[in-house]
Amino acid sequence: MSAAEPVVEGAAVDASAAATEAQRILAICNICGYCNGFCPVFDAARERPAPHRGDLSYLAHLCHACRNCLESCQYAPPHAFGVNVPRTLERLRWLDYADYVWPKPLARLMRAGMVLGSKADFALFLKLFLAMIVPLLMGFWWLPWSQLTQPALGPGGFYRIVPFPLMVCLGVATLGWALLSIGVSLVRFWRAIGGGRPAVRLTWSGLSAVLWDLASLRHLDGGGAGCTDSHSPLAPARRWLHQLLVLGFLCCFAATVVAAFWHHVLERVAPYPIGSLPVVLGLVGGLLMLASALGLWWLRRRTNPLALAPERKGGEISATLWLLAVVLSGLALLVWRGTSAMGLLLLAHLGFVYGFFLLLPASKFVHAGYRLLAVLRLRLEQRNIDADTSRRG
Amino acid sequence: MKGPQVLVVGGGIAGLCAAISARRAGARVLLVESAPRWRRGGNSRHGRNFRFCHDQPSALVPERYQADEFTEDLARATAGTGDAALTRLLIERSRAAPRWLLDSGVALQERNRGTLPFSRKTAFLLGGGQAMVNALYAQAERLGVDVRYGCVANRPCLRGNRLASIELRSSSQSGTSGQSGQSSASGLTGQAAESGGVPGRSSLELPQELVLEPAPEHPPEQAPKLTSETLTPDAVVLACGGAQGNPDWLRQHCGERVEGFINRGTPEAHGKLLIELLAAGAQAVGDPSRLYLVAVDARSPPADGGIVTRIRGMPQGMVVDRDGLRRHDEGADRGSTRYARWGQRLADYPGQIGYLLLDAAALREVPAALYPPLVAPDLQGLARQIGMDAAELERTWLTYNAAMRSSFGDDSLRPDLHSHLELPPHSVFPTDSHRDLHPDGSTHAPLDPPRTGPARALDTPPFAAYPMRPGLTFTYHGLAVDARARVQLSSGEPIANLFAAGTLMAPNLCPQGYLSGLMLTIGQVFGVLAGEEAARHVRG
Ligand SMILES: Cc1cc2nc3c(=O)[nH]c(=O)nc-3n(C[C@H](O)[C@H](O)[C@H](O)COP(=O)(O)OP(=O)(O)OC[C@H]3O[C@@H](n4cnc5c(N)ncnc54)[C@H](O)[C@@H]3O)c2cc1C
Ligand code: SF4
Ligand code: SF4
Repeated sequence: MSAAEPVVEGAAVDASAAATEAQRILAICNICGYCNGFCPVFDAARERPAPHRGDLSYLAHLCHACRNCLESCQYAPPHAFGVNVPRTLERLRWLDYADYVWPKPLARLMRAGMVLGSKADFALFLKLFLAMIVPLLMGFWWLPWSQLTQPALGPGGFYRIVPFPLMVCLGVATLGWALLSIGVSLVRFWRAIGGGRPAVRLTWSGLSAVLWDLASLRHLDGGGAGCTDSHSPLAPARRWLHQLLVLGFLCCFAATVVAAFWHHVLERVAPYPIGSLPVVLGLVGGLLMLASALGLWWLRRRTNPLALAPERKGGEISATLWLLAVVLSGLALLVWRGTSAMGLLLLAHLGFVYGFFLLLPASKFVHAGYRLLAVLRLRLEQRNIDADTSRRG
Repeated sequence: MKGPQVLVVGGGIAGLCAAISARRAGARVLLVESAPRWRRGGNSRHGRNFRFCHDQPSALVPERYQADEFTEDLARATAGTGDAALTRLLIERSRAAPRWLLDSGVALQERNRGTLPFSRKTAFLLGGGQAMVNALYAQAERLGVDVRYGCVANRPCLRGNRLASIELRSSSQSGTSGQSGQSSASGLTGQAAESGGVPGRSSLELPQELVLEPAPEHPPEQAPKLTSETLTPDAVVLACGGAQGNPDWLRQHCGERVEGFINRGTPEAHGKLLIELLAAGAQAVGDPSRLYLVAVDARSPPADGGIVTRIRGMPQGMVVDRDGLRRHDEGADRGSTRYARWGQRLADYPGQIGYLLLDAAALREVPAALYPPLVAPDLQGLARQIGMDAAELERTWLTYNAAMRSSFGDDSLRPDLHSHLELPPHSVFPTDSHRDLHPDGSTHAPLDPPRTGPARALDTPPFAAYPMRPGLTFTYHGLAVDARARVQLSSGEPIANLFAAGTLMAPNLCPQGYLSGLMLTIGQVFGVLAGEEAARHVRG
């Protein structure tokens, strides 16, 4: 299969064809090597001249889709060699998410994300989205209308709608599920990318170096030039937006932790005043996520479509929608918590949050874990090499 | 828009540098590029590093490389045939090349970013030539240079020592993408693509799944409509590269054997303007029959295969012609010039084709190649795949292996193979005259041609072959220029408003031989110079 061949949206992607195409392209890159200043993928590929499935996974997740190597490739389609590294590796990444996911049935969901165009999977998606608003519907069923439409003015206002223990239990259960599922998937991934490679020593210093790499987006600067967000100019916008999104997420997370601390230790019961720490953190986080998610979406629309794997679109749209649902419902709750809409908004927000956690293992957001492990492996392999050479003198 | 003051012909490194520098000097500039947008940038798309003079090590280069050494290197490579004054100019101005490129938006690769081949004399373009070309186009457009793709300049009209006019032919949608609407350029591509006339290539069958499929062609519906206009710009900079994409011209100067060559670079380099200007009285430099050739896989596309089609494993194996005969010492050259040596040799092989033969052990040692080798469990099978006389191949093979064992004998595991007498006599000795007596008493034929080691017998099946052809990189024929980059008439007088830069005038500096990274430097230095001079001419 040539990279120039357009993949019909909605068509299932053949995993073995994708792997063969990746091998074909990387073999060309291994001879050429012009792009090895952009990112570590090319040097790593040269160390794996006959890549097996795990090697390909490793290389795929080492790529952060800056697209520079497509714009700079003298063999990019429509050239007869049809070299398109970003699209090919993005395709592998999505196949990997489905391949390594645990438990297996989630793979179906993950693939559904890839082929949003097909009718059956679209129906599946619709059901899932409905599932996210189940708590809202349950609230309707159980709570008397008068209670549901009470504004949350005094302390404990939220818990009249959803009792505190239930709120916490559901949160812990859904998040726990997400962490367990993603954790198992990542262990499988880690084993696969280490297969047939020299063992690496996992050290704290290695780990902290990686965390710093990731926080600073060390490998994401395109060799100093930035990413090719749109058709040609290299720009740092995408890196920034991505980091703002992560920061926003962390703010919201921090808001939850602070609130829990206030509740249990300081025994202050929500809702908290507008200027208070949990609210400010949540508000800032929500706005950051909103702005950066929209910014990323806008950049993507301007990106050379040739660089993108068409089948990833469904997964990306759904991830963005889930995130927006959580963020917008949270912001709405904050704004209208003093009104009679509070009860409904709270139920909606909680429903979206729990649903978000439930679906997390089958969403694009798992890429963070995969990427972290790929960069970790890169760092550890480099450290091994450095250690070996310094020992040899 | 008012007509351009400076017309730049060709959008590779030389043309882009000229357009940018003329625009910075205040001129209204039009750059015409014959290729469609996706293939813009000529041979410059394929380059990676350029040579420059520097007195200090830096993030780009680990050591210094001073003017004297540069001068000596160039004199040695060209056997002192380059123009001395222009050479001085090139070397002095090459100092500023990295800074100029960086300031124009081109990213250079620092040495601690990714593994680079060791080079203390050259700097590397981050992402290679295509990335540079993209950055320069972006810069030119930002500065307000008017760029036209799919637009060919031809029919220059000289009047005395001035260029009076020049014609532009463009396809109707000369804008941003699509097919090159230019008849001669696309005609050449089409003709080459059929490749039916190239002997030997059809006999090479590849397993279907390994063939690199050509990308789908551009939609043929929109037959390009040609428009023609005559332009009278104040000054013209020619930066339209060499003539390696013009089979007729090549045939005329180098004979029928060019049928067996493969063009590694752009098919757009048809050299029309060069030919027309020489006919109109411009002074030529260089030698039209001299070509820069390297060995490439015979299965490479007819043009634009670039850097990845090279075959590099000659020192690990044995090279034979299509009749199964060795012709050269495979181990003799090790420097960076070795690729060019083999290109030149293959040009003299019958049918312009040769085969690098390897055994399983050697195959593991050779540098990676684009296409998988032809493989067979035994020699007969391999000969059949190639379409070669098996007996002849076997004779060469046995002679070679026997000589390898006696010279570099590492086959202690099978000492019986050392005895040549066990082999049928006709398989051992190519000619009787080569027979002499070895000190240990065994009959020994000195290998002809000899083989420089390290090398060993090729005797572990399966056996493999890479078919090779000469890959044309650029031509050594161009326009003579003066120190202001003005094209000269054969009378010695410069044409006041016609400038040349890049490959088109490179033979002034390098009429033969080559130094790696030299061509991009010539393009950058003389591109900038020609742009400045053209703008100066316009201002009067
Ligand atoms: C595979 C390969 C690798 C190389 N690697 C290196 C390297 O690492 N370092 C190095 O220094 N050199 C290298 N070279 C050589 C170098 O790339 C070229 O010599 C150099 O880029 C030529 O630049 P140029 O601007 O003169 O010509 P080109 O880059 O060839 O540009 C000429 C342009 O003119 C256009 N054109 C032609 N005729 C017309 C016309 N009539 N009207 C309008 N437009 C026209 C063409 O489309 C083309 O875009 C390499 C060459 C090849 C093929
Ligand atoms: S993407 Fe293209 S230019 Fe970059 S290394 Fe691969 S083949 Fe070379
Ligand atoms: S898209 Fe960017 S990160 Fe991915 S392989 Fe290409 S250069 Fe590397």
